Amino acid sequence: MATIELHNVEKKFGESFAVKPLNMKINNGEFIVFLGPSGCGKTTTLRMISGLEAVTSGNILFNGRDVTWLHPSQRDIAFVFQFFALYSHMTARENISFPLQAQGLNKSDIKQQVASVAKLLKIDHILDMRPGSLSGGDQQRVALARSLVRKPAAFLMDEPLGALDAEFRESMRAEIKQLHIDQGATTVYVTHDQVEAMAMADRIVIMSNAVVQQIGSPAEVYHNPSNLFVARFIGSPGMNLVNGEYRQGMINLPGDNQYRVPDRWRSRLDKDLPSSGKVIVGFRPEAVRVTQEGQMRANVYASDLHGGYSMLHFEVADGSIIHARAGRGLDYAIGTPVRFDIEPDMVRFFNPETEAAMVNRE
Amino acid sequence: MATTYSPSSPVNYSTRVDKVGRGQRISVTIRAIIAVLIAVLMLVPVIWMGMTAFKSRPEAVAAPPIVFFNPTLEGFISLLTERRQLSAAEQAVMQARTDLDYPNQIALLRGQTIIGTSAFPRQLLNSLIIAGASTFFSVGFGVLAAYAFSRFDIPGKDDLLFFILSQRMLPAVVVTIPIFLMYKEVGLYDTHFGMILLYTSFNLSFSVWLLKGFIDEIPKEYEEAALVDGYTRLQAFRKIVLPQAITGIAATTVFSLIFSWNEYAFALMLTSDVARTAPPSIPLVLGTGGIEWAAIAAGSLAFLIPVVIITFVLRKHLLRGVTFGAIRKG
Repeated sequence: MATIELHNVEKKFGESFAVKPLNMKINNGEFIVFLGPSGCGKTTTLRMISGLEAVTSGNILFNGRDVTWLHPSQRDIAFVFQFFALYSHMTARENISFPLQAQGLNKSDIKQQVASVAKLLKIDHILDMRPGSLSGGDQQRVALARSLVRKPAAFLMDEPLGALDAEFRESMRAEIKQLHIDQGATTVYVTHDQVEAMAMADRIVIMSNAVVQQIGSPAEVYHNPSNLFVARFIGSPGMNLVNGEYRQGMINLPGDNQYRVPDRWRSRLDKDLPSSGKVIVGFRPEAVRVTQEGQMRANVYASDLHGGYSMLHFEVADGSIIHARAGRGLDYAIGTPVRFDIEPDMVRFFNPETEAAMVNRE
Repeated sequence: MATTYSPSSPVNYSTRVDKVGRGQRISVTIRAIIAVLIAVLMLVPVIWMGMTAFKSRPEAVAAPPIVFFNPTLEGFISLLTERRQLSAAEQAVMQARTDLDYPNQIALLRGQTIIGTSAFPRQLLNSLIIAGASTFFSVGFGVLAAYAFSRFDIPGKDDLLFFILSQRMLPAVVVTIPIFLMYKEVGLYDTHFGMILLYTSFNLSFSVWLLKGFIDEIPKEYEEAALVDGYTRLQAFRKIVLPQAITGIAATTVFSLIFSWNEYAFALMLTSDVARTAPPSIPLVLGTGGIEWAAIAAGSLAFLIPVVIITFVLRKHLLRGVTFGAIRKG
C-alpha cells in the first residue's frame, strides 16, 4: 500500500526536457494511467518513480518518505515491462521465485507463495516450462505473477499489453483490472492506447511534449478536455474543433453558418474572449444532432458503418470536416445536404491563443 | 507486427518426416551427402596425421604412401623419451634380456635404449597452464569490461574501444623484438607469468569486442527487472547477465583458447627451457637419423586433443540462439 507523491520532478537529457517539472499525488490503491503519444515523457516518469532512471531535480515520496535517491530494490515496487523481461534461462517457476529469493525466504515459503500466485493467475500447469515455449499471453501472466508474488506496495507497468495481439489484449486488460480490484495495490500504468486508459484508469494523466496536459477521471478528460491537445487526442475520432468568431451570443462558423451560444455560456464568452472574438467550438461526434430544423448546414462527405453505429463525415463550405455519430439505420448518399445542431450540454469552447478550454462553473 | 501468433500455441516448425514433401526429402539427402563429403575432405589432413602418428619410421616416409599398416607406438615413444644409441655389444646384451618393457623393446629395434623422459610432456603442460590461465583472465576481464562498455556512460567510450581494438592491429612479428628486449630487462623472459600476461593482453581486445556484442543483445530490462525485484547490480550481473551471455562467453573462450594454444611466434622468441610451450617444440623433435615424422605427428595429435575436447564440451553453447528469444520484439 502506498501513496506516491511527485514534487517538481523533472528529467533532462542534455539540454532537452524529457519531463518538465511535474507535480501530482497518487492516492493509495488508485489505478493511474499515464497516457500520451510516444516520446511524451510518460515512460521516463514511470522509470523515475521506479528508480531505474535518476531524476534531474525534484522529489519522489512514497507514503511521505523521500525515496528520490533510493535504489529500485529498496522502494518495494514491482515493475512489469512491455517485453515481459522474463529470464529465458529459468523456468516460469524459477522466474516467479526470483524476487522471493532476493528476500532470502526459505524454500517451502517460496514454494507456497508461488503456488498461490500461480493459482490466482491460472498458470499452475505451465510452471515448469521455459518462457520461450509459452504464448505471449502466458508469458505476460508469468511476468505479472513475478511482480505480484512479492506483494509490493505499488505496481508500475510499462505498456504491459503492447506486445500482445489485439484479441488477447482485451482479455488481459480485464485480468489486470480484476487483479487491481482484488489486490487494491496502487498501480501506475503507462500506455499510448487511449482505449486501455479509458477502460482501466481511476485517473488518467495525459502527457505531451514532456508536459502534463490534464489529470482527471476518464469521463473528465473525455467530456471536459483542458486544452486542444487533449480534445484532439482523446476519442476516436477526436473532438470536432471548428474555428469561429463570437459576436453577441452568436458565433459565425465557416460556410455562413451561425451558431447560437447556449445561454449559460454567454457571460463566460463575453468576459474571457479576446477582443477579436476568435474562438474554437468543440463538440464530440455524438453531440451532433442531425435534424431538419438544424441551425447549421453541411454536405455528407463520407459515411462509414461501424456495426453498432454509423460515423458520418460532413464537409462544411470551407472544406473542413465534421464527424458525427449517428444511428446505424441512417444512411446518406454522398453529397446529400444536411442540417444539424449541437447538443447544448456537450459543446465546449477553446481560446485559440492559449489553446486552453474555457471553464464555466455554475 | 508482420507475423501473427495464435494466442495459445507458440510457433513451432514441424519436424515430422511424413509431412515433408518427397522432393524436399531428396534434397535433404543430397545436402547430407554433400555435407559428409566436405567433412571428409576437411578431415583428410587430420586423419592422415593420426595415421602417421602410429606408423613406424619407414612406413611414415614410404612412397607411395601406405594406407594399411601395422600400428606401432614408435612415434609416441620417440616423442616422449630421451634415448641413447647402443653399441653393437650392448644391443646383443639387451636382445638377450626377456624382462624389457614395451617402450624399451621398441627403442631396441633402432638399437637404442631409453634414458629418461623428453621435455615434451612438460611443454604440453606449459601450454595447458599458459593457454588456460590467459583464456581465463582474458574472458574474465573481457566480460567485465564489455558489460561496463555496454551498459554505462563512460567518458570517451568510443575512443577507449578503438584503443582496445588497436591492440590487435600490429602484426605479432613487428612487436616480438621490442617485447623480447623488455621482457629480458624486467625478468619476464621465459616465465609462465610473462606468457600469460602477453596472451591475456592480446586476447583481451578481441574478447572485449566480441563479448560487448553479445551483452548488447541482452535487453537491459532483464537487469532492471532484477533490480526492482530486490537485487543489487552485481547480483543482477551474476544471476542474469552471465547466464544470458553464456553463448558469447563460450564462443570467446574457444577463440581465446585456440589463439593462445596455437601461438607460435611469441612462444618461440620469448621462451626457452622453463616456459616453452608445445607449438615451437613439436617441429624440433628430430631424431638422430633425420626427421621423425611419426613423432611429429604424434606430438601434433596430442596437441590437438585438448582443443577438441573444449570445443566439444562447449558446442551446445556455440550454437547461437539456444538461450535467446524470451523477449519479444514488437
